[in-house]
Amino acid sequence: MNKILLLGDEAIALGAIDGGLSGVFAYPGTPSTEITEYIQASKEAKALGIKSEWSTNEKTAMETGIGMSYAGKKAMVCMKHVGLNVAADAFMNSAITGTNGGLVVVSADDPSMHSSQNEQDSRFYGKFAMIPILEPTNQQEAYNMAYYGLTLSEKFGTPVMIRVTTRLAHSRSGVERKERIPQNKMHLPGDHNQFILLPAMARKSYSGLLGKQSAFESDSETAGFNTFYDGDDKSLGIIACGLTYNYLIENFEEGKVPYPVLKIGQYPTPSAMVNSLYEAVDEILVLEEGAPLVEEMLRGLLNKGKKIRGRMEGSLPRAGELNPNLVAQALGMPVSEGYEIPSVIKGRPPVLCDGCPHIDSFEALNDAMKPFGRGHVFSDIGCYTLSALKPLESIDSCVDMGASITMAVGAAESGLSPAIAVIGDSTFTHSGMTGLLDAVVKQVAITVFILDNATVGMTGGQRSAALGRIEDICKGIGVEEAHIRVVKPLRRLHDENLAIYEEEIAYNGVSVIIPRRECVQTLSKRMKLKAFEKRNKK
Amino acid sequence: MHNHKQMKKDIILGGVGGQGILTIATTIGTAALLEGLYLKQSEVHGMSQRGGDVQAHLRISSKPIASDLIAAGKADMVISVEPMESLRYVNMLNKESGWLITSMNPFKNIPDYPTIEDLLKEIWKLPRYITIDAEKTAKDAGSIRAANIIILGAAAPFIGLKYESFEQAIRAIFAKKGDDIINMNLKALKMGFDYAQKHQ
Ligand SMILES: Cc1ncc(C[n+]2csc(CCOP(=O)(O)OP(=O)(O)O)c2C)c(N)n1
Ligand code: SF4
Repeated sequence: MNKILLLGDEAIALGAIDGGLSGVFAYPGTPSTEITEYIQASKEAKALGIKSEWSTNEKTAMETGIGMSYAGKKAMVCMKHVGLNVAADAFMNSAITGTNGGLVVVSADDPSMHSSQNEQDSRFYGKFAMIPILEPTNQQEAYNMAYYGLTLSEKFGTPVMIRVTTRLAHSRSGVERKERIPQNKMHLPGDHNQFILLPAMARKSYSGLLGKQSAFESDSETAGFNTFYDGDDKSLGIIACGLTYNYLIENFEEGKVPYPVLKIGQYPTPSAMVNSLYEAVDEILVLEEGAPLVEEMLRGLLNKGKKIRGRMEGSLPRAGELNPNLVAQALGMPVSEGYEIPSVIKGRPPVLCDGCPHIDSFEALNDAMKPFGRGHVFSDIGCYTLSALKPLESIDSCVDMGASITMAVGAAESGLSPAIAVIGDSTFTHSGMTGLLDAVVKQVAITVFILDNATVGMTGGQRSAALGRIEDICKGIGVEEAHIRVVKPLRRLHDENLAIYEEEIAYNGVSVIIPRRECVQTLSKRMKLKAFEKRNKK
Repeated sequence: MHNHKQMKKDIILGGVGGQGILTIATTIGTAALLEGLYLKQSEVHGMSQRGGDVQAHLRISSKPIASDLIAAGKADMVISVEPMESLRYVNMLNKESGWLITSMNPFKNIPDYPTIEDLLKEIWKLPRYITIDAEKTAKDAGSIRAANIIILGAAAPFIGLKYESFEQAIRAIFAKKGDDIINMNLKALKMGFDYAQKHQ
């Protein structure tokens, strides 16, 4: 059989395409971005007419997915873990409405926070919503689960979550394809009230969801993603969730673990399988990436049964990504070591690219803020957040996407003056616009910098929904036209720009400054492509 | 296809975001697939690509591979396009048999970057290493942009794949770029390879 080399993310994308997908809806976010990018670049997906344009944020993506499911087609919604916070209202309620066409929600977690502000574990959301969760061990399972997940969702009439973590999302291995399932034809839900969550109808739908729980669990026990491997040494039983199974078997010759092992890839947690493991062994070690979700369930509040070991109990670290060595340690096996890292090594944190427009924007802002000292600049999430580090050290906050404007409003309402917000163009349309409306309605004095580099830079240069629309949006929201100022962030225009910054910071109302210059990465990519096309024409 | 009785190489690739360590990973990966081997390649995307330290784990084997990550102390090789970055991963190296192959050309984007002498002193303490002026060698091959392929060439004698497989991989990967680029990279591969043969 022919195997294709795919990232875990790409395997999910291809599995969904082959599983009969009609549309992927997503907002970029590491480590989930490559799922949608794969579908966008796929000629096959294009020929099949699969929709794949970026959404403005995760909530609009989730709702668009629900809409496609309503219309009877199979949809997939993808985001990074914190994106699910943004989509949570739609997500939780989609579990109540249930689905018509299959609906898979992929949430990509980032343990160790390689590119994130926290390491929340999306399985809690799946459990919270009471829907099935699939968690792949490897790239092939990632493919299989996306393929199967769309069908499973249709079978139960419920959204299905796929949870991946950075390591699998961004690791490549060979994947075998299955036969492609044709897309659904558009068809409306049979029950006209299914998607109307008025209390009377919602109560009925909710009891429907509760009623499905035992079926979800029996699928967990039988579908094949949860597997029991017996072992002779019953002094220990191991539960390995998702890719932690790889770290476990890595530690044994030929992958032969002497202990009984329950590999979990589908939730709700299969209680019958867990129970038979528990009965057979002296103690249990739970391996799971992220939070101790399964471990906590097994221990319970009173923790009176057999010993349950894991991240909560302390055999494994409570925070951060697992690896083969940590698992070896938890098993009491010798841990391999390399050389000691010499002390001459220095840290090398990420930095803004040479020539990045944000550098010029912040150099002028730093000068404008000199008279006021630090503590006035609320920022947001994007490449420009790197201005928190040396040498710029320009900003004082980065909490969640969109929070710059609203935090500035709150601080201004407390008497902080000046109160400055700094937000990227994509973050502005993601969730800054509503905050700007708050500012206008509350008539507070804030100055908002919308750093327009014409792309979603941080995640690799995706199309920004803000492109060509920012001034109109600000005007429409009610910012006075005279206080919407566009500047070009360049070193040689520093003094000119600084004067404009100072003017608007002094203004006692809502003002918006838009430093506009393209990201040098996307610019150079565009130039290379142009040169390539020119060469090929000749 | 090529039948390996038993082979397994665990390789850590190191560098700075933007230096293109994935080209090396992709070339080795393609060569491994040409020989019918299993492969897992864990990459870095996202935040740290902005000029921070980046690493990739590349595992090739004649048998199916479990973990996407290499265990500390188990890597057969550290291949780095930057000297300080090569030392960042010596904790991953197998002390019995591991090789460190690195460029000697520093990438200085931090204020407290150590001196090259201090770095080389540490590298040269290791029992098995290749240090090469990749930029100069690449210039001799035709373009400084082939520095990565110089490093790959210098690592090639220790990877356990056939030299022709690397050549074939380079032809496939640079196919779109035309014959001049392909030949320049083949030359770079050879120059790196010869250097390592002479200096191991
Ligand atoms: C809710 C949420 N979704 C997605 C992300 C991932 N993410 C971080 S910054 C960013 C966009 C940045 O784009 P922009 O605001 O235009 O700034 P730039 O990086 O281009 O400077 C994204 C998608 C996130 N951190 N949180
Ligand atoms: S990717 Fe673009 S926006 Fe981000 S730091 Fe580099 S130049 Fe600036």
